[in-house]
Amino acid sequence: MSLLEIRNLHVKAAGHEILKGIDLKVDAGEVHAIMGPNGSGKSTLAQVLARREIYEVTEGQVLFEGKDLLAMKPEEAACEGLFMAFQYPLEIPGIGNAYFMRSALNAVRKYRGIPEMNALEFVPLFREKLKLLEMDEKLSNRSVNEGFSGGEKKRNEILQMAVLEPRLSILDETDSGLDIDALRIVAKGVNAMRSPERAMILVTHYQRLLNYVIPDFVHVLVDGRIVRSGGPALALELEETGYATDEPDAMPA
Amino acid sequence: MSTEVNNIRELAEREYKWGFITEVDEERVPRGLNEEIIRLISTMKREPDFMLQWRLKAYRHWASLEKAQAEPKWANVKYPPIDYQDIVYYSAPKKKPALGSLDEVDPEILRTYEKLGIPLAEQKKLAGVAVDAVFDSISVVTTFKTRLAEKGIIFCSFSDAVQKHPELVQKYLGSVVPYTDNFFAALNAAVFSDGSFVYVPKGVHCPMELSTYFRINAAETGQFERTLIIADDDSYVSYLEGCTAPIRDKNQLHAAVVELVALNNAEIKYSTVQNWYPGDKEGRGGIYNFVTKRGKCLGVNSKISWTQVETGSAITWKYPSCILMGDNSIGEFYSVALTNNYQQADTGTKMIHLGKNTRSTIVSKGISAGHGQNTYRGGVKIMKGAAGARNYTQCDSLLIGDKCGAHTFPYIEVRNASARMEHEASTSKIGDEQLFYLRQRGLKAEDAVSMIVNGFCKRVFRELPMEFAVEAQKLLSVSLEGSVG
Repeated sequence: MSLLEIRNLHVKAAGHEILKGIDLKVDAGEVHAIMGPNGSGKSTLAQVLARREIYEVTEGQVLFEGKDLLAMKPEEAACEGLFMAFQYPLEIPGIGNAYFMRSALNAVRKYRGIPEMNALEFVPLFREKLKLLEMDEKLSNRSVNEGFSGGEKKRNEILQMAVLEPRLSILDETDSGLDIDALRIVAKGVNAMRSPERAMILVTHYQRLLNYVIPDFVHVLVDGRIVRSGGPALALELEETGYATDEPDAMPA
Repeated sequence: MSTEVNNIRELAEREYKWGFITEVDEERVPRGLNEEIIRLISTMKREPDFMLQWRLKAYRHWASLEKAQAEPKWANVKYPPIDYQDIVYYSAPKKKPALGSLDEVDPEILRTYEKLGIPLAEQKKLAGVAVDAVFDSISVVTTFKTRLAEKGIIFCSFSDAVQKHPELVQKYLGSVVPYTDNFFAALNAAVFSDGSFVYVPKGVHCPMELSTYFRINAAETGQFERTLIIADDDSYVSYLEGCTAPIRDKNQLHAAVVELVALNNAEIKYSTVQNWYPGDKEGRGGIYNFVTKRGKCLGVNSKISWTQVETGSAITWKYPSCILMGDNSIGEFYSVALTNNYQQADTGTKMIHLGKNTRSTIVSKGISAGHGQNTYRGGVKIMKGAAGARNYTQCDSLLIGDKCGAHTFPYIEVRNASARMEHEASTSKIGDEQLFYLRQRGLKAEDAVSMIVNGFCKRVFRELPMEFAVEAQKLLSVSLEGSVG
């Protein structure tokens, strides 16, 4: 059984069809990159998988560890082990970063019937993850994402991923807006999470991140369809030729 | 005088032989309000003449206002006309019959108690179930009273204060909120049944938070409550009012008055968590909470700080204010007001700067959910003599859903050019995307809303005494139930 299996997924937003029949299988241990031009539907796909409720699924099926993902609420998908790093992480004024992450972790643990962690038990775990992402401990008591720089926000997303240890992580344009040092640190955090039990989907516009996190598969999404799939070399090829040649009508038969 | 009234007076006086007046058959107290009723109340309470005269003056003033239809209409709240002759004054607060057991209490209220984690014995007290002697724990109260008495602190019911400390009552009663202040203050002055009285002597730092919780009969003072707190020179007191669970109460109109007086270098901290019955989900029933609260910083370097968390009542009409007379005196107002379902709140503060170098801080957090309407109304006045006065106002509104409303009416009047004023305001909405973010991390929608709201209120919660802050957070969560999908 695949960790994630998407079958013929069609999705509409505000009356427009954005995803026009996506098929994709992701097995445990794999890293998939989904690349494509702006407006191709990459972020929509990520958000539908994370169960954002503003989209209308008109056709198709998504199984997450054999369960019907499309029947889950966002929090259920999260508790089942699906995580999405946001392209634009939101601020939660007045709520400390560490407190927020412990609440999230405990919500997941509670769902799975694991005892919740108190603050004392949580601190060592949190410190270790902060260290992995080379983040200042001061960030643990500051309000979630409030006053964080763009790079700090992205790192904070990966920190949350590291704390929650999800089975499937979807990183939505996590590389955008990062300078080279931040990119390296984020990649380190992502690579540390790679394991035979876990899978990742990297949604990205550029090949840059893929220099640091080498994917097993690369898919090209254009106009709501996956038009090409291949190995890591495909990303390099795209970097040179761009997406233009991948228009559906330009595809070889 | 009608025979009926005569009978009651006789009965009242007879009952007094046993030292208690709650035995009076309240059904026999006539409805309505007139001078006879005022005299009766004063007689039943065995008040000195100055009290009766004051009540009568208040009543006459109120009657003239009522005749002139001068009930205030400027607040941003809507309610049907109140028939003041259809209220049973004075006896009404005593009317709650003790229930036999918790089984007789509204299950909805019990469910809330459980969520708030209130111990069983306390649940009984709040719900009006007859409580056993263990809970009324004589020893706790006695220890408490002994400790206060050692310091010379007076903490008693208003009625007791009138009997035992008439000179203090006469000196300060109405000195901050005169009966002429407004319609509801006049009504309260005429008919108020009881309340709390605190006097902290010179140089005394009150060693504990004074809470009505410790005063056995406090829960029954009811509808027209009156509180007077006096902090003499160089003293400090922190007073907690209210409780964090909904109180079973059938009274519709609550018109309370609170007066605080801080003398030289004295500090009073007054915290309220108000959770009266807010009415049902369709907006039926619920308390009208029309309250006048004001503190006077009479002495130099004095400080009065109001902190309120208002989540209950169908309608809240309340502006805890400070008159900053003493030079260098400080006034503070920290408020969280939440309206859900069909609740309406028009609340805020007034800071009147009279003395030199007086400072005031206002932090108001309004949360509207459901069809709730939430209004902040603030007045900052810098008078001519208030050289070097400063005010900082922060006024934030948070909206949940698209059927509620937030309104802000800040009035600023400056008559001294040396004043420094700062005003910050914001309105935000808990957005779909923000909720999605928290839910994607595993939090249920309701928990996500609670978390965002608690973060929003943090600046105010920080001002509450520790246990109160924890309960206030839980209370917000309970009050917000059903506000999202």
